[in-house]
Amino acid sequence: MLLVLEQALNGVQFGVTLFLMAAGLTLVFGIMNLVNLAHGALYMMGAYLAATFFQRTGSFLLAVVLALAATLVIGVIVEVLALRTLYERDHLDQVLATFGLILFFNEMVAVVWGRAAIYTKLPPALAGHVELLPGLRYPLYRTVVIVVGLAVAVLLWVVVNRTRLGMLIRAGAANRTMVAALGVNIRLLYTLVFGLGAALAGLAGLMAGPIYAVQIGMGEQILIQVFVVIVIGGIGSIRGALVGALVVGMVDTLGRAFLRPMLAAVLGPGAADNAGPALASMLIYILMAAVLFFRPQGLFPTATAR
Amino acid sequence: MATLTRVLGFALLALLIAVTPAAAQEKVKIGFITTLSGPNAAIGEHMKNSVELALDHLGRKVGGLPVEVIYGDDQNKPDVGKQVADEMLKRHQVNFVSGIIWSNVMLAVAPTVTGAGTFMIGTNAGPHQLAGKDCHELFFTTSWQNDQTPEAMGKYMADQGITDVYVMAPNYPAGKDMVQGFKRFFKGKIVGEVYTKFPDQLDFQAELSQLKAANPKAVFVFYPGGFGIQYLKQYAEAGLREKIPLYSVYTVDEISLPAVKEAALGQYETRYWSPDLKNAANEKYVGDFKKKFGKLPVFYGAQSYDGIMLIDSAVKAVKGSLKDQKGMIAAMRKADYSSTRGKYTYNTNHFPIQNFYLLRAVAGQGGELEMRIQKTVFENHKDSYSQQCGMK
Repeated sequence: MLLVLEQALNGVQFGVTLFLMAAGLTLVFGIMNLVNLAHGALYMMGAYLAATFFQRTGSFLLAVVLALAATLVIGVIVEVLALRTLYERDHLDQVLATFGLILFFNEMVAVVWGRAAIYTKLPPALAGHVELLPGLRYPLYRTVVIVVGLAVAVLLWVVVNRTRLGMLIRAGAANRTMVAALGVNIRLLYTLVFGLGAALAGLAGLMAGPIYAVQIGMGEQILIQVFVVIVIGGIGSIRGALVGALVVGMVDTLGRAFLRPMLAAVLGPGAADNAGPALASMLIYILMAAVLFFRPQGLFPTATAR
Repeated sequence: MATLTRVLGFALLALLIAVTPAAAQEKVKIGFITTLSGPNAAIGEHMKNSVELALDHLGRKVGGLPVEVIYGDDQNKPDVGKQVADEMLKRHQVNFVSGIIWSNVMLAVAPTVTGAGTFMIGTNAGPHQLAGKDCHELFFTTSWQNDQTPEAMGKYMADQGITDVYVMAPNYPAGKDMVQGFKRFFKGKIVGEVYTKFPDQLDFQAELSQLKAANPKAVFVFYPGGFGIQYLKQYAEAGLREKIPLYSVYTVDEISLPAVKEAALGQYETRYWSPDLKNAANEKYVGDFKKKFGKLPVFYGAQSYDGIMLIDSAVKAVKGSLKDQKGMIAAMRKADYSSTRGKYTYNTNHFPIQNFYLLRAVAGQGGELEMRIQKTVFENHKDSYSQQCGMK
């Protein structure tokens, strides 16, 4: 039973990382109608910047703050310089242009940091493990990731549903032209939302850094799963992103952990060794296909999903 | 008469053209393939540095001839490795291809190279296929056959009376070989055997949770390079380090130790080489490597250094006539050079017959962790596949 609980925690930990990515991507998608493949590049920048600032300053907290601010700025610059011209173009143009941004960022990282991956050390205060329940030892850092991820989810909900900015965001998603006609500076709003999304991706990246390796192309690896999350959750919906992320995180982790032993009981150990891992890595895509079949608009479609 | 002179003239010209490349060929070309990007670029860098050091030691000549080394990055992918090898063979017309960290890359590259009639001198990966039924006269390795090192660890753990062992490795040819080799000598009970995704899985938390629940008495793993760094860190963070003893091959080394430090203190490994191995060639290699690059070398480097030395001995034996492959094969089979591991011999399948030692990560004088040899587990250990190889 403890094992299932621990695996559920692992699932949530992966899920919140996906959520931080998905939240920004889905907002940009839903509000600006922009397909941004370069979202993973911002995740990578967050990880690289945090690793560098941590090495330079020696303070993890300071590194986190600086990296977040820096990814926000990078996001704003990218929006102003490159993406602004793309809003009125069709999705294929956007995909091509943002794919170009991926290449640009990957090459830039190779020039600045080199092609070798960086392994970040945890600060001593976050290394080690905590006893969450008697007999349930869980890595402290992953516990922090879960707490931060869920806190950001709550914060986002408050911002979107309880503040003036959130109101504008929702209004912008519902009817851009009307919001602009009412005298709201929609360009500024877009820049803000994109910067916010960038900072969230940066946060996901810097938290993922110590768990995976900080390397070129790390953003693309996770971006595929983030798109699965958005398709499952419904495009443009923060709530959908949260639910989708947790579902994908959970299905992926539990599949990795329990599918093989379950198959072994049915097929025998030999076949399970081969089929188990293969099937486990397909599970989230099967889930996505199922969701697309039964609810093509996703689990939590926004009222105006186009 | 005029036609005869013209024919002769043409013949001379043709001969001249035929001879020219041979004259220009007074240079040894070596294509060295390794991983120079991503999570395991550190391994590739060690190998490249060791090749350069070997060239320094040889006065920038191999077998008395000028040498050109072309480096290629396989990005840890078999298809990329094959592409790089093809380019080296066709465009650069290399005499030797060397290097290769990963067994899956090696299985793609080695047949390409030997099939083109070029020497393949492996300096790490030793998949069992190439030691057995797919052995080739143009293939040599200065490392080991994959099964050998875990065989030594299996023997050591069996001798210690350890049982109820949980086994983990990445899911690719070397991972399978490592577990196979371990089981050949470990006779105790194995309570779990898990293969993780390769090469993109760097987070093992879900598998470690399963491991913890299985509550084994000991754990045996194979996680090379960057995978090892992540595995050792996560093993410690999960609170497993003080609960279940971890034994490994190719996981704790001079690349992972500086990155994980205490998370590997006291850990046992088996290996054919270590920086503290006492022989003249090794002391020169380790000493000069430290001087030039400011850190301890790792076995990946020692093998790559040996690879260049092996090529040097072969080219010397045929007095620089690079067309004489038969002569070079005969020379290489003698392993007549000063290897960093000391004297060793070649089996019929061109894999080394060599010693394997038990190593332990201990705190050195400066407080830095380092690997030290504890004892010899196997003397002149042969791999288990040479009988399946057709070569005599």
